[in-house]
Amino acid sequence: MSPQQFRDISYNGLWKQNAGLAQLLGLCPILAISTSMVNAVSLGLATILVMALANLAVSALRNFIPYEIRIPVFVLIIAALVTVVDLSFNAYFHDLYLVLGIFIPLIVTNCIVLARVEAYAAKNDPLSSTFDGVMMGLGLVWVLGLLGAIRELLGAGTLFSGIEMIFPSLSAWNVFGEDYPGFLIAILPPGAFFALGCLIAAFNAINTHLAARTHKRPPAAATTTSQTTPAERAEPAEPAPAG
Amino acid sequence: MIHSPYIRKPASVQRVMGLVLLALVPGITAYALKVSAGILVNLALASLTAVAAEALMLALRKRPIAIAVTDLSAIVTAWLVALCFPPIVPWWLTMLAVLVAIIVAKHLYGGLGQNPFNPAMVAYCSMIVAYPALMSQWPAAGSLSFDTQLGLILGGARDLDGMTGATALDALRTGLRSGASSVEAVLQGSAFGFFGGRGWEWVSLGYLGGGLLLLATRIITWHMPAAFIAALSLISGTFWLFDPTRFASPLFHLASGGAMLAAFFIVTDPVSGATTPRGKLIFAAGIALIAWLIRSFGAYPEGIAFGVLLMNICVPLIDKKTQPRVFGHRRRDEGGWR
Repeated sequence: MSPQQFRDISYNGLWKQNAGLAQLLGLCPILAISTSMVNAVSLGLATILVMALANLAVSALRNFIPYEIRIPVFVLIIAALVTVVDLSFNAYFHDLYLVLGIFIPLIVTNCIVLARVEAYAAKNDPLSSTFDGVMMGLGLVWVLGLLGAIRELLGAGTLFSGIEMIFPSLSAWNVFGEDYPGFLIAILPPGAFFALGCLIAAFNAINTHLAARTHKRPPAAATTTSQTTPAERAEPAEPAPAG
Repeated sequence: MIHSPYIRKPASVQRVMGLVLLALVPGITAYALKVSAGILVNLALASLTAVAAEALMLALRKRPIAIAVTDLSAIVTAWLVALCFPPIVPWWLTMLAVLVAIIVAKHLYGGLGQNPFNPAMVAYCSMIVAYPALMSQWPAAGSLSFDTQLGLILGGARDLDGMTGATALDALRTGLRSGASSVEAVLQGSAFGFFGGRGWEWVSLGYLGGGLLLLATRIITWHMPAAFIAALSLISGTFWLFDPTRFASPLFHLASGGAMLAAFFIVTDPVSGATTPRGKLIFAAGIALIAWLIRSFGAYPEGIAFGVLLMNICVPLIDKKTQPRVFGHRRRDEGGWR
């Protein structure tokens, strides 16, 4: 696998086909669990693990799975992996497991997992498939983390609340001090929709801005038309995924 | 300009909005005199915030600023927000609510004329969901001096147990929940006047007068206020006749909370409401029904705001199904989707 291929996969996963902002897949956990940054990132990391392993397993088995029944087989593989993750969370991060609750088993039904298995792993070699799973998952994680941070900051005035469930020595950071009244609606479901809508708008605005800048650049004008490959378009200014 | 069929007289947005503001003055006067003078501070604060937010959003969207800022539409939104809120909410709550109304509910959807939801009601619902405690601290009518109110608005210590009273709707709900024998027993309390909340009856009367001015100048048509009042009277009247010990009378419902303000100034929002004559009737009646249901059985004391938002969602459907027949065309087959 060439470095170019790695770069393409990374760019696709982290930005261009970002699961949360461009494909809008897996909205259920994005909206439901992003009430705090720790919850969101934890669920995101669990999803990365499942995506990487599912892509690896499906890619390795892709020549043995009958085409006609591939979807049930994919789901079985994903479900088995999710069960492993679910039990591991229960064993090692029990408090967090109680908070995330049903959303860990629900990773099975997260469309982004099945979508990457079907669209990528079933057609590519194990190494690049695993890498694709990780990058797609990371793309989801930074969106989840940012969304969780925005909602937590506005809604409760804290960041990293619940971090003690993972690292017992740390505690939440009260950004606005103790008497911040809290903007409760940011934590309630409407806040999730508003915040995600604003993030998607920002994502589109940045893309439009970048595209316009690429077009204006005179030396590259001959080659850099609107049909540029993702990698080429990424070169002028790799957008910082930190948003 | 506003309502179809379009009138021939050129009515500018500025003139329409100016008349709406003028029509609010009687209600505001009664409010300031009978209930709480703090409302004047909130109105000023809300207006300033609204104009600033409007100018900011127009600048960000690269639209002409001067025309849109002087058309008074932002100020109407600001006044409606302030009038829906308790008059002693802290200053930042009013500002936050107006920012939500202007930036989120109005400009993120495309500005004046594009918003599917009533901006003032979006602000009210966001704030009552986000700050239920602050949003339910109403001063008992005429009980607080202006200085005290100003202090509360500007962020004085909120030691409110001795100062605030329940609104009429709130008192009725709490009274009935805590096992009062009947509506009559609850209505003996000090929060109540002749037929609504004490002092508030005059405010409702002021809104009614302003609303009639709007009707007379044809800023609004009769459909929405009539349907709203009729539907609210009908449903509350039916249940009141059925069991007067558990359900309040239609007069109480009409004079309490924001019913009159809603009937003439909120339900009639020309942008987010239905536009066909039959559609307007359905739209306003639906709001009245939802408002009564929430008032009688829901968790929030006042349900008009939620009713408005829920019916806003239905507007495209209502308008589509109530399109009047165009002269010269035959009526479409009933019931089919177009």
